[in-house]
Amino acid sequence: MSVDTSVRLPGMPVKNPVMTASGTFGYGLEFAPYGDLRSLGGIVVKGLSLAPRLGNPMPRIAETPCGMLNAIGLQNCGVEKFLRDKLPRLPWRETPIIANLYACDADEFAELAGVLSAEEGVAALEVNISCPNVKAGGIAFGQDPCMAGKLAEAVKKRAGDKPVWVKLSPNVTDIVSIARAAVLGGADALTCINTLTGMSVDIRSRKPRLANVIGGLSGPAIKPVALRAVWQVCQAVSAPVIGVGGISSAEDVLEFILVGAHAVQIGTANFMRPDMAFRIAERLPQLMAELGIEDLASYRGSLRVG
Amino acid sequence: MALSGACRDLTILSVTEAGPEGGAHGCYYIELANPGLGSAVAGQFVMVRPACFGQDPVWPRPFSICRLTPEALTLFVQVCGRGTDVLCRLVPGDTVTVWGPLGQGFSLEPDTPTLMLAGGVGLAPFVEYAATHPAPANLDLVFGHRQPLSCYPFAEMAAVVGRAQAFQENTPEDLPRFIELLETKVAEYAGGLIVACGPRPFLMTVARLARRFGARAQVSLENRMACGVGGCLGCVEKNALGQYVQTCTQGPVFWVEELQLSEEA
Repeated sequence: MSVDTSVRLPGMPVKNPVMTASGTFGYGLEFAPYGDLRSLGGIVVKGLSLAPRLGNPMPRIAETPCGMLNAIGLQNCGVEKFLRDKLPRLPWRETPIIANLYACDADEFAELAGVLSAEEGVAALEVNISCPNVKAGGIAFGQDPCMAGKLAEAVKKRAGDKPVWVKLSPNVTDIVSIARAAVLGGADALTCINTLTGMSVDIRSRKPRLANVIGGLSGPAIKPVALRAVWQVCQAVSAPVIGVGGISSAEDVLEFILVGAHAVQIGTANFMRPDMAFRIAERLPQLMAELGIEDLASYRGSLRVG
Repeated sequence: MALSGACRDLTILSVTEAGPEGGAHGCYYIELANPGLGSAVAGQFVMVRPACFGQDPVWPRPFSICRLTPEALTLFVQVCGRGTDVLCRLVPGDTVTVWGPLGQGFSLEPDTPTLMLAGGVGLAPFVEYAATHPAPANLDLVFGHRQPLSCYPFAEMAAVVGRAQAFQENTPEDLPRFIELLETKVAEYAGGLIVACGPRPFLMTVARLARRFGARAQVSLENRMACGVGGCLGCVEKNALGQYVQTCTQGPVFWVEELQLSEEA
């Protein structure tokens, strides 16, 4: 049985729904020795800011049951270096490269969007309004529907013909209201979800395990939360949703598509083994054939409830 | 040249207690069949993840290469948590996924008198260092340890290198004596090469002494890592310019003057 893994996302052809999540795949190049980057549905690069960022002090990561905490603090090389040294080495003609962007205020977000939208090799902009590990900007935008909507609008105005994705935080009372506001503001798609805020402490040293004290929880532990959020958002908005959170197998991919996601991102599982995303992309069509799923469009959102 | 890159499923040939008391002190050798990891520079490391980890723990574990031959990859493992405990309970025939060799290894200067400073499980990379050094008579080893000496691959190294000395820390009073020994040794090798691996306080002492005596010294860091390939930015260390460098790809071996070593990692 031949299957069709292609997916329609705004403004870009996607050969399969398996993408990588920002902050878990470097700039893509780090993982090139472990698989063919062109086999992925998309690569979302490490969050970019206008100027390089140092990030948070060590320790920055801690292992937790079925997951991990991180407080990297958006360390990155800055947009200029990315465009000059990294992007040209990525297979952007074959696989969409999505730039995740972070800034401290709306003006800076818009400026960054302007810079990135001028680049042929950037397929879409993913606006990070949900990072829990930075003091200014980040999650502050993602917890207020009004701010989220205005930010989406500001970025969309400067994004030219590049699709704008808004990455949502689960650390809110009502993720649907944020999702609606982002779409009303002009978001072409939503990425759902970023990490959950969490904490880990050492009873012997009496210290937190992260220098930042609080960090973002990711990994298989958060998959049920992500699945719930994707399902709720897909019920409420018509914009495509890219599901992310604890996905580590082709079965997980289909779970997210079943509840309505158009595509998914592999995050912490890239740390389990660096060829994980490639393996999942390779396995997906086999699994679809085994389950009699001819194409993802007909399977998407077909969850039987009640 | 090392063939880094692909993940390989390696079969466990043996898991053996290190010496007669190794099991009681959590010290083991894990020997894996090597179907093509190529060669390695001593000080490089591999990431190891057994299938039985499943979804917990999520991270693979980094281990310096204790010995790599065309036939086998040997790791020296001290049980210190969930991951190492699981690994040391594996049996011959089990498989683990391995990727590497990764990172930058120690400098190897055949004609330079070289002092190896090792603390505890930090002795592991020096087994490969001594085995691949073209003039092991030029090597001098000082090894600080807490568990019985037989739990470590010290005797086999002592048989190979020019000089070897072990120092067991039993009481808090032993620490200043050990530091005094390190001072003497580092001063002797100010014109040579010093390579060190061990716990962070030990490496900080080595770095301080190297600066004091103007010695060329390299330290291998054991920072916590999630991926080992430069993707997570969790293992960084501050360099002399105050910028973060990645221990997995730019290290784990650094010249001491490249770093601002701090207590936290």
